[in-house]
Amino acid sequence: MNRSGSRTWLLWLIPLAFLLFFFYQPLLVIFRQVFSERFNQGWQFFSWEQVTRPLGFTLWQAFLSTLLTLLIGLPAAYLFARFDFPGRKGLRALSLLPFILPTVVVATAFNTLIGPRGWLNVILMNLFNLSSAPINLLNSFSAILLAHVFYNTSIVIRMVGSSLARLNPHYDEAAGVLGANPWRVFKEVSLPLLMPSILGASLLVFLFDFTSFGVVLMLGGPQFATLEVEIYNQAMNRLNLPVAGLLSVVQLAFTLIITLLQNRVNNPRYGKAALGSERKTLMKPKTKLQKLYVVLLSLLVLILFVTPILSLISRSLVTFDAARGERGEVETGLTFRYYTELFQNRSGSVFYANPLAAVRNSLVFSVLTMLIATSMGLIAAYALASSGKFIRWLEPLFMLPLGASAVILGLGFLITFNKAPWTSGAFPIMIPIAHSLIALPFAVRTLLPAIRGIPISLREAALVMGAKPWRVFREVDLPILLRAIIASLAFSFTISLGEFGASSFLSSPQTPTIPVLIYRYISQPGALNYGQALAMSTLLLVTSAAGSLLIEKIRLPGEELF
Amino acid sequence: MIKKIFYILFVLVLLISACQPTANDVRTLTIITHDSFSVSAELVSGFEEENNVRLVFIQGGDTGSALNRLILTSVNSKTPEADVFYGLDNTFLSRALEQNLFEPYQPEGLENIPDEFKLDPEFFVVPIDFGDVCINYDRAYFSERNIELPRSLQDLTKPEYEGLLVVENPATSSPGLAFMLATIAEFGEDAWLDWWQAMKVNQVAIVSDWETAYYNNFSGSSGKGPQPMVVSYASSPAAELIYAETALSESPTASLIAPGMCWRQVEFAGILNNTPNRDLAEKFIDFLLSKEFQEDMPMQMFVFPVLPAAELPEDFITASQLPETVSSLNSALIAAHRDAWINEWANLMLK
Repeated sequence: MNRSGSRTWLLWLIPLAFLLFFFYQPLLVIFRQVFSERFNQGWQFFSWEQVTRPLGFTLWQAFLSTLLTLLIGLPAAYLFARFDFPGRKGLRALSLLPFILPTVVVATAFNTLIGPRGWLNVILMNLFNLSSAPINLLNSFSAILLAHVFYNTSIVIRMVGSSLARLNPHYDEAAGVLGANPWRVFKEVSLPLLMPSILGASLLVFLFDFTSFGVVLMLGGPQFATLEVEIYNQAMNRLNLPVAGLLSVVQLAFTLIITLLQNRVNNPRYGKAALGSERKTLMKPKTKLQKLYVVLLSLLVLILFVTPILSLISRSLVTFDAARGERGEVETGLTFRYYTELFQNRSGSVFYANPLAAVRNSLVFSVLTMLIATSMGLIAAYALASSGKFIRWLEPLFMLPLGASAVILGLGFLITFNKAPWTSGAFPIMIPIAHSLIALPFAVRTLLPAIRGIPISLREAALVMGAKPWRVFREVDLPILLRAIIASLAFSFTISLGEFGASSFLSSPQTPTIPVLIYRYISQPGALNYGQALAMSTLLLVTSAAGSLLIEKIRLPGEELF
Repeated sequence: MIKKIFYILFVLVLLISACQPTANDVRTLTIITHDSFSVSAELVSGFEEENNVRLVFIQGGDTGSALNRLILTSVNSKTPEADVFYGLDNTFLSRALEQNLFEPYQPEGLENIPDEFKLDPEFFVVPIDFGDVCINYDRAYFSERNIELPRSLQDLTKPEYEGLLVVENPATSSPGLAFMLATIAEFGEDAWLDWWQAMKVNQVAIVSDWETAYYNNFSGSSGKGPQPMVVSYASSPAAELIYAETALSESPTASLIAPGMCWRQVEFAGILNNTPNRDLAEKFIDFLLSKEFQEDMPMQMFVFPVLPAAELPEDFITASQLPETVSSLNSALIAAHRDAWINEWANLMLK
């Protein structure tokens, strides 16, 4: 990239400035406020146990969760990247859905499925004549792990899958012809080539689990506390901001350490020609072993990701109410009542929002987020992929937003941007900005391995032949990057669509997003409210599925559909 | 693809510009409140027209979060983030008053409000509504099994109620905190933990938040969980009736309202320090105590009006039970011990 002159360098400043202004600034402002009084009063305001206990638990559960996620995610990524089988595209799209569901909805979905009276337990109890529910996962450590796997496997499927799809199969063949056995081919050829994306995905998964909040609070129950839960607890319930601030510094520091560690191992050692543009690597399963693999893994993906979602959707369409407590006739039947009820403002509340208005609000925010995060991510990833040592050193800077405590950052936002032009007008511009901060690390991580895989020779050839840089980008880089760009668009779109914390913090009650509306219904007693929350969740799923399918359809002009 | 992006951007710009309000010289009054706040659109527009004002509501999470947000932003700037705070409750009262957040104001009609609600004698904040945190139970569960209902907190430690109650963690849930305070009021500062110890032996279920407790653990809700008793509000059975799928003749749930079992939450509103809109803020507080608003509250927020003259809707009366005696603690005492109590509770119950 030594030819790319000073103007391109200026371009790199855009994502950097974005981060400095919208992330590092509010963080510094809040830390200054939280700690300024403390500097004079000494540092005896906390006990080490307050830090080490949540930290230990946080690291332990994140480690286990990441391991389990890889254990399921890697074979699943292979399944989708290599084999062509009926329902592949649909299943792959469905596997992204868990990613967007707010925790309160996932808790509900799990409850309808594996809760004490969920249908799985009911079936097992009837089948084996048991008097109590055999599966007791809710409110346990296993529930935390299960939910993390449920949430994050799609990260592995997408990120590793996009590298797998670009893996040159001739290399395997060549190694095979040269006499290497399949294990050796995998170990010495495929794995090193895939390593950057595997590490990248693990890092994201680990950081996501590391800062886990809702899952631990709602599914794990009160005996478990990650750093993020403890920060929330100290800041919002105990009003003890210094301890909350300290814990969030610890969380940031560990995020930085983890990112740096990962950065050290993540140096591409192999020639770049091995990863090219997406090839037609899909094949029909031929041998018995391959068929078995496809069937078993599809089943696993189906059970793990699709059944909780189906159970949620079906519950939004079926009424059980008359059967409640066995009073009167048992009437279960199909109903659209929950959906039609969404369109009614029964209590005449000033905060009532039509579900379609909420869908519109959410879509506006998520499309903006998608464009901001992916364009910033693309520029940043190009900068990071260049050989400059200085710039590569900046990478953790882009990953740090994942490790920031949402509560602390939120409070920082409030203090820093609590004035015009940020709060004026009716459009809450801070929402897509906050969402972009969350999505940016994903965009960078998804795009970076792809950019590093662009063969320099191709680019050089194009330049030698007199192509302008823009044309080189369009005709050499873009076709190679397309998969990764699409993955980044899909990620940032879904991240924004399902995000709850920042949205509820920053949105006005008159313009709620879908997750905010879901939460509003489920925080009130009453069968109708519960049903409407499920109906709204279904609407969220449909919106997200439609959105990601549309994004998947993006093609370059002239590109063949496969 | 680029054409498409431009098209999307164009649509977005249209959408955004459609959202912009038309500029004129209407003043704005900002009210910060908790997530459960709601009011009829009709009443809001009535107030807005009458006073030539636009009301902006900020929902700052639960009561604690909203208060904390206010404390933080008021330290930092001369003018507060909002003009009025609505939703401060008696468990946070002292804490908020210590922070000097409010300007005193005695609205008209204050003399009509019973003295039991006037917990701030200097009227930095005035009472607007109240509600009781009580244990709700699944009526069918108890009637089918012919189990007698517990008649006191002490009864709940008996073996026949083993594993039947779910409570919320007081560190993360406001009904959970209220219930913990009720047990302190009932058994005293020395003995309340003994009761919790007995409950621990009796397999009380503990979850983090009301949503999980009510919809995932409580058998009387649509979630059909395993426990037939849950710490919720005395007005929840009314909500079950009003928001039932098919018209029910009676609520599937009810509250245990024996003496000592419920905690009364009184909610207050106050004018925030240094507001540039003091005149409008006063009018808004008057409005909150007006008969119209007081009669609107029950169906919007499932709370009771502090104004005795306010009439309650029929549905609300049918399923609501008002406990005759409720527990309370001095709010200065709460402020002084709240963190210590929560820690003691957590050390006992979560280890």
